[in-house]
Amino acid sequence: MFTIISIMFTGIGIGYLLRDLRFLQKVEKSISLTIFLLLFVLGLSIGSNSLIINNIGKFGWQAIVLATLSILGSLLASFLVFHLFFKKGGNE
Amino acid sequence: MKGSLIVVAFFCVGCLIGAANEFRFSTHNVSMYVLYALMLQVGIGIGCNRQLKELIKSLRFKMLLVPVATITGTLLFSAFASLLLTQWSVFDCMAVGSGFAYYSLSSILITQFKEPSMGLQLATELGTIALLANIFREMMALLGAPLIRKYFGRLAPISAAGVNSMDVLLPSITRYSGKDMIPIAIFHGILIDMSVPVFVSFFCNL
Repeated sequence: MFTIISIMFTGIGIGYLLRDLRFLQKVEKSISLTIFLLLFVLGLSIGSNSLIINNIGKFGWQAIVLATLSILGSLLASFLVFHLFFKKGGNE
Repeated sequence: MKGSLIVVAFFCVGCLIGAANEFRFSTHNVSMYVLYALMLQVGIGIGCNRQLKELIKSLRFKMLLVPVATITGTLLFSAFASLLLTQWSVFDCMAVGSGFAYYSLSSILITQFKEPSMGLQLATELGTIALLANIFREMMALLGAPLIRKYFGRLAPISAAGVNSMDVLLPSITRYSGKDMIPIAIFHGILIDMSVPVFVSFFCNL
């Protein structure tokens, strides 16, 4: 967890020092390629986990209930925060 | 939207290949290194941003309210889930919700923390549900980003993303909520990231 955050800050340092290099401006492209790879590897680990695959019906709907409710709760809360604290500030 | 569909397609192809083959290497380690590579690039992207100084200056104290909203909303509604999922207690459901889409860490932590009290079988089941629920959350945040932005405002894609607001979801947040949301998204991701182990262990021990 702290490794991940410190790697990001290392990246910020590298990016700042080398900000005049042209190819670094294309980092968005390689970011999306890396995300594809990350989700592909995640798929591999789910697909090869027989505990999950054999019980997908049993675990799947419970996971859907939890995922839907947790995302809905955060949406409503951020909607409130946006309208109470951010909207008045104009562009923010 | 097209980018998100490609991401989900990669995930599905991975699932199929994984189901068809017997892998004996640890995909966990591989995904760890890919995540490191991703974070390095996200960092480079921020570092070589011409507007970096303005981005830092735009940080405000009230931005703390965004992670607070994510945490409060998620935990409150995860608690409601226990009304439907009678097998699990209110705190079990809140522990799953405290993953904030950080599926790898939350599922491992839940399995470990719950094993002493509910046994390996049930702990693994809850860990698996946590893994799937947090993956589903990431997928919904990814695919739903334009709709979420439309109906719940500019901050909502960040809250929905949970911990992924600083990595996987950052491109779509930038796209639908605007470039000026990048500092909030990163800040939110870091704070939520640090809160995952705290909340998961807290709810597992209740």
